[in-house]
Amino acid sequence: MGAMTALGSLDGVVACVVVWLSIGIGGIAALRNFAVVARILFPFSALISVALAAFALAALPSPAQSAILAIGLPGLPFHLRLDALSAFFLVVLGLASAGISIYAGGYFRPAEGTPPGLMCLQYHVFLCGMAMVLLADDAYAFMVNWELMALASFFLVTTNHRIPEIQRAGYLYLLVAHIGAIAILLCFGVLQANTGDYTFANMRDQRLPSFWASCGFLLALVGFGAKAGIVPMHVWLPEAHPAAPSPVSALMSGVMLKTAIYGILRVTFDLLHTPIWWWGMAALVVGLATALFGVVFAAVQVDMKRLLAYSSIENIGIVLMGIGLAIVFAAYRMPSLAALALTALLYHCLNHAVFKSLLFLGTGSVLHATHERSLGKLGGLLRYMPWVAWTTLVGVIASAGLPPSNGFASEWLLLQGFLFTGGLPNPYLKMLVPMFAAGLVLVAALAGYVMVKFFGVIFLGRPREEKLAEAKDAGPLERLGLIWLTAGCILLGLFPAAVVELIDPVAYSLVGRGLAQSGRIGDWLLLAPVSAERASYSALIVFFATVALVVLTVALVHRVYHGRVRRAPPWDCGFPLQTARMQDSAEGFGQPIRQIFEPFYRMQRELPSPFDTAPRYRVVVEDPMWAWIYLRIAAVTDWASRMVSTLQRGRIAIYLLYSFVTLVALLFFTQA
Amino acid sequence: MTLEGILAQLAAMIVALVVAPLLMGWVNAWRAILQNRRPPSLLLPFHMLRKLFIKESVVAHDATALFRIAPYIVFGCMLLAAMIIPTLSTNLPMAPAADAIALVGLFALARLFISLAAMDIGTSFGTLGARREMLFGFLAEPAFLMVLFTVSLIASSTSLATIVSSLAHRELAILPSLAFAGVAFTMVSLAENARVPVDNPATHLELTMIHEALILEYSGRHLALMEWAAALKLFAYSCAGLAIFFPWGVAQANDHVALLWALPVLLVKLAVGGFLLAVIETILAKMRIFRVPEFLATAFMLGVLALLVHLLLGA
Repeated sequence: MGAMTALGSLDGVVACVVVWLSIGIGGIAALRNFAVVARILFPFSALISVALAAFALAALPSPAQSAILAIGLPGLPFHLRLDALSAFFLVVLGLASAGISIYAGGYFRPAEGTPPGLMCLQYHVFLCGMAMVLLADDAYAFMVNWELMALASFFLVTTNHRIPEIQRAGYLYLLVAHIGAIAILLCFGVLQANTGDYTFANMRDQRLPSFWASCGFLLALVGFGAKAGIVPMHVWLPEAHPAAPSPVSALMSGVMLKTAIYGILRVTFDLLHTPIWWWGMAALVVGLATALFGVVFAAVQVDMKRLLAYSSIENIGIVLMGIGLAIVFAAYRMPSLAALALTALLYHCLNHAVFKSLLFLGTGSVLHATHERSLGKLGGLLRYMPWVAWTTLVGVIASAGLPPSNGFASEWLLLQGFLFTGGLPNPYLKMLVPMFAAGLVLVAALAGYVMVKFFGVIFLGRPREEKLAEAKDAGPLERLGLIWLTAGCILLGLFPAAVVELIDPVAYSLVGRGLAQSGRIGDWLLLAPVSAERASYSALIVFFATVALVVLTVALVHRVYHGRVRRAPPWDCGFPLQTARMQDSAEGFGQPIRQIFEPFYRMQRELPSPFDTAPRYRVVVEDPMWAWIYLRIAAVTDWASRMVSTLQRGRIAIYLLYSFVTLVALLFFTQA
Repeated sequence: MTLEGILAQLAAMIVALVVAPLLMGWVNAWRAILQNRRPPSLLLPFHMLRKLFIKESVVAHDATALFRIAPYIVFGCMLLAAMIIPTLSTNLPMAPAADAIALVGLFALARLFISLAAMDIGTSFGTLGARREMLFGFLAEPAFLMVLFTVSLIASSTSLATIVSSLAHRELAILPSLAFAGVAFTMVSLAENARVPVDNPATHLELTMIHEALILEYSGRHLALMEWAAALKLFAYSCAGLAIFFPWGVAQANDHVALLWALPVLLVKLAVGGFLLAVIETILAKMRIFRVPEFLATAFMLGVLALLVHLLLGA
């Protein structure tokens, strides 16, 4: 660590970015040489990810470092700055991308759309874009890299660009990304307060009146929200994720969404630095809506990657609720509670990056082994793909937010934050904010339902198609990637106090108080954010106690009695004719949720009557946001363009007449 | 961690293991009496467990390792849950490791494994049971958490030991928030323990069963562990409810005299609770499956109401 600090963590991070870029260019050199790209470049890139994470870890507790890179237009160099917030998100990027890159080495197959070398370039430009977004210290560098990230990921999403659906998904993604980018650009325009200086340092020094500050915040929420998938701007997520190759989905869902969270935090707590309470309430409301929407729709999906995409929307909602809570506390000058909420949400970002990447990679292996994305055609893969199944199970437990996984630890911290609202001076807020905890637990419990559906339908039961019996388990590089992320889930879950300690400098730099700095964290074994009497949790003890009890029970039962097992056909209440088709399909498993939340969905159902000779059952659940918002916008645009098109007559005389009228009108105005 | 603490922990574990099947037997006996049947022996659950342990386990051809390990995990989770609830004394070394939220998490972990195991063999009843279990779980879990949040706010702590000792020390008055929470808790515990009106523990009628559908494929020692775990769950829920709403009699830290009294007091409280459960099961009819979400949503709303009432009145 000492050597790294001496070298300068910022230099190290920039060096990693440069190496990534060279790997990408190396990919161009070996454009169609599949072996070089997959077996050498991607694994090497994973090593660079680890190095990046190490440099960022070293930078976390140290003071901010800045540098100026003379890239770009004359007089507009890139300002770079590595502070605790950037460093934390770089750690997220490094840890997740290490697992994803090594997996990608084993995942990509020859003859799939884009040539492997070009794909390698796009992939690494994407990584570089994300890293540079996190380092950028002026609006110019930020926007350039933000666009680089968006474009690179667009090309990655459309890897199989010959399929019309994928073209459509890519187009939608590009569109929403740019609407978001416009809002971000406007946000920076507001923040520089007519000084014409677009460095973040200048924005930090501005004291904006509350109206303009609020405008800046809302623009940031919309702009970054489009990237993060906040309802109703989430529509691209469920389209783009299934279209993209799985490592790219993992990278987008695990890391790219977090850069948007980074942006919101950067603008709200660093550049604006005097949050107003209602921003927090707005974020809480939007966050809860997003989380509920995401999880309710995840429960009824029949495409495994689409299900995970909706689950990502849910998690972004949870993170946004954390941001809202932190803003409320910060606005009322309760820095230690704001630090608690910030710690919880950053922890959740890290966790989500790890477990969602793991789940996406798991679906990638399933996809390669079976060529099926539809849950209704999978099943029983635990027997044929044990590596993928057991690692995915860890991700499923984490995603369902169950102890002792990492997902539980961050949700636990966030719930603690919601229960500490008693000190808020505003009596309405004091009552309202704990209500969000009710919403949060509802979301967390539904996530459990979604995850049981996801794992149970893919990996358990009997194979629903005959070809599934030939499914092959993941290869060595894929296994390595899966194991890396699984280990991440387990370690981040078992040592929550260490993670909180890690996040502490970030909270300290954003709200001036951390959990550890104020002496408010338990020892390494016990996580006690405020005091041990108030609340404490120890994942290690829970984990080892459960393991000890399980081992003890197994040993005792086998010793005192016996361990005999007889294999027989399943009992199933004596029902003799059992086929794999009699298991729940994905639609069937989601049916109760569909029934309970019926008003939320736009459904088309075809139900067979008992007398049908050729019964047909079909349910299509659509995202209502299309009909409520987007199709209306489309209709209005369509109407407006039709109105304009009446001007077009296709005859040159008429156009000349227009020019003449315009000239006369201009003359008239200039005269007047 | 003192020797005394370890002993208290061991005592809590042994009491849980022994009293849990006894409580099952007690409830079943009272149910039989109330339904004009001759009651079975109180010790019947023990005979049942012994018989199941001796028998060999019949496992379906398709079953994977998940199916065989799940009973042990479920049993371990339930035992751990029973150990962190202050049944006899609030001086439990394990208590700081898991607070009220982690307790709900442990129950949810057990639920996840029991549902996944039910889906493992791929029978239609197994998946049906898993789907229903997860459906009720996603509503019951938040409702339970709302109850726990309410008492956490009253005690300003989510640690179960602190909640119990601070509730035991308040003056005897019915707090309106606790009244709402109590109703919500009762409804949740009926649902979570597969009791009438949500589920019928005595049924094997295919279309109505939930808990039984989940463990339909289990036999021998695996079934014994699942049954024991279900008994432990009932015990844990009863003890949690008694500790929250009737905390008197639970020994405080370093109170040795009270520790002697704690067990008889607990047994009396459980006996009354078990009798009331048998009464509820006798006078209510089982609901249709899609009435249950309404029932549980009511419990959730009551829990939210309890929280609101506490925040409004500060009581």
